[in-house]
Amino acid sequence: MPDQLLYAMEVLLNGLMAGVLYALVALGFVLIYKASGIFNYAQGVMALFAAMTLVGIMEGQVPFAHLINAAFGTDLHVFGWQLSGLIGILLTAVVMVVMAWAVNHLIFRHLVNQEPIILFMATIGLAYFMEGLGDLMWGADIKKLDVGLPQGINGWIDTTTFDAFGYGFFIDNLDIWATVIAAILVIALMIFSQYSKQGRALRAVADDHQAALSVGISLNFIWVLVWSIAGFVALVAGIMWGTKSGVQFSLSLIALKALPVLMLGGFTSIPGAIVGGLIIGVGEKLFEFAIGPMVGGATENWFAYVLALVFLVFRPQGLFGERLIERV
Amino acid sequence: MSLAEQYVMDTEMDRSEGHITEDGRKIGAVMMEMRNITLKFGGVVAIKDISFDIRQGEIRAIIGPNGAGKSSMLNVISGFYHPQEGEVWYNGSRRAPMRPYQVARQGIARTFQNIALFEGMTVLDNVMTGRLNFMKTNLFQQAFWRGKAEREEVHNREFVEKIIDFLEIQAIRKTPVSRLPYGLKKRVELARALAAEPHLLLLDEPMAGMNVEEKEDMSRFILNANDEFGTTIALIEHDMGVVMDLSDRVVVMDYGKKIGDGTPDEVRNNQAVIDAYLGVAHD
Repeated sequence: MPDQLLYAMEVLLNGLMAGVLYALVALGFVLIYKASGIFNYAQGVMALFAAMTLVGIMEGQVPFAHLINAAFGTDLHVFGWQLSGLIGILLTAVVMVVMAWAVNHLIFRHLVNQEPIILFMATIGLAYFMEGLGDLMWGADIKKLDVGLPQGINGWIDTTTFDAFGYGFFIDNLDIWATVIAAILVIALMIFSQYSKQGRALRAVADDHQAALSVGISLNFIWVLVWSIAGFVALVAGIMWGTKSGVQFSLSLIALKALPVLMLGGFTSIPGAIVGGLIIGVGEKLFEFAIGPMVGGATENWFAYVLALVFLVFRPQGLFGERLIERV
Repeated sequence: MSLAEQYVMDTEMDRSEGHITEDGRKIGAVMMEMRNITLKFGGVVAIKDISFDIRQGEIRAIIGPNGAGKSSMLNVISGFYHPQEGEVWYNGSRRAPMRPYQVARQGIARTFQNIALFEGMTVLDNVMTGRLNFMKTNLFQQAFWRGKAEREEVHNREFVEKIIDFLEIQAIRKTPVSRLPYGLKKRVELARALAAEPHLLLLDEPMAGMNVEEKEDMSRFILNANDEFGTTIALIEHDMGVVMDLSDRVVVMDYGKKIGDGTPDEVRNNQAVIDAYLGVAHD
């Protein structure tokens, strides 16, 4: 096989794996949007907040240490424990559920029946609040996150492909793990929404609030549930990206990459988020590989958005979005 | 006799344990009682000091011209609106103000004037949502899908299939609701409400916008539901012929007030009712 083709295959694989992570972030948006009509601008900050909390809990940091020390003249910094990744993740998941409850009860419960733009503005406020809260609780410095996921080049793939084609594929172990975990999470979410009682209730709420109430579904319960799931999805995304490039503010920007994914897949479709994520992931890597050198590179910064723009012109509801047909 | 006196007489009568109708159905004791309900939206009085009751096993109609407050009354019963004054009594005790989902969990199901179905789901899924409150297993049990959770799903599914057969919508079980014509949507909505095995079923204009044939079908389903499942039904309907045929007792509303209450025959001969329908000038 010619080298160029092999290289393209490697790029394609990396693109697919990046795509699964995009899909994961996009799923967080889709879940909340479907169930409550809220476009959650804070999804990225939730991932950042989750990752910060995870690092803080694992390293036994005292939350609000600066604030406490300034107010009481104490010198607290750490509790002095080191927790394993698994326990840290479980405790952080609990924190995200508490946060979901607080977000619903303090903010969105009071905004029922408001215009979508009002809800959107509220999530912008929420994003800045959570960013500040995260910094206040755990400090604004860049943190290293290591929950025990393997990193570095996968030797087996390297040698196997080298033996077969004479060219070793460079695939990062972390990417493989991230892909597997994200895929499991996505499948689990789809099964949950299709076959469980709560999933059926969730779909009902997403479809019609009034009808959901009339069959005895508590909207508040479902909203706390979706915000919790979105929080958990954010946690997983935060772990993947945080492990890769450190827990820092730029982590919250990955959510912006989910926007073109949503435009492709449609805001209301879970399969759409997955396929959209894969298309964007593969598309931007292949584009950079094939066209990038001709235009001076760095196409990954804009390719996804331009592709989404093209899609908007021809298929505004996305690939799988529900088409709006109204009887007249 | 004033309406207040009439009501006192009614409530005294209500202490009795019920009677058997001409067609052999058993009408029981009072299950739901509205006492002096007043509902306002800002300065607009939608319902003014209305009292009436619903007996176990009966078909109770609420009629009146457009804007009379009928739908508002149904919304008070189902917890979508909360009256400023008055009390709602259910099964012998006063009901605290409740959210609609809590009312539903007490065994009161309803349909809506402008159909409220889950458009994206199939007919079967829609009807299954009516069973949500009968599913007691938790997520963990469901995730591993055995024993209790499985039996529960099977049992609920069987009941739903029974309702689907009953309403003759087997052919469209797997069809997404958004593709159905209006008349069938109304039927699916009734199926979902019946799937909840309600003690009290509230129907808001179940026959609005239907042709004669569809109306006959719907009437048959309402009567059969009442007969076979013993469901107590309160309905709002515009078609006088249908109302008089279906219902055991009728409440007549006009401009938010109650102007008549009794059997179809009594109501038909009530001068206030005739005036309201023929449009006599109000003083």
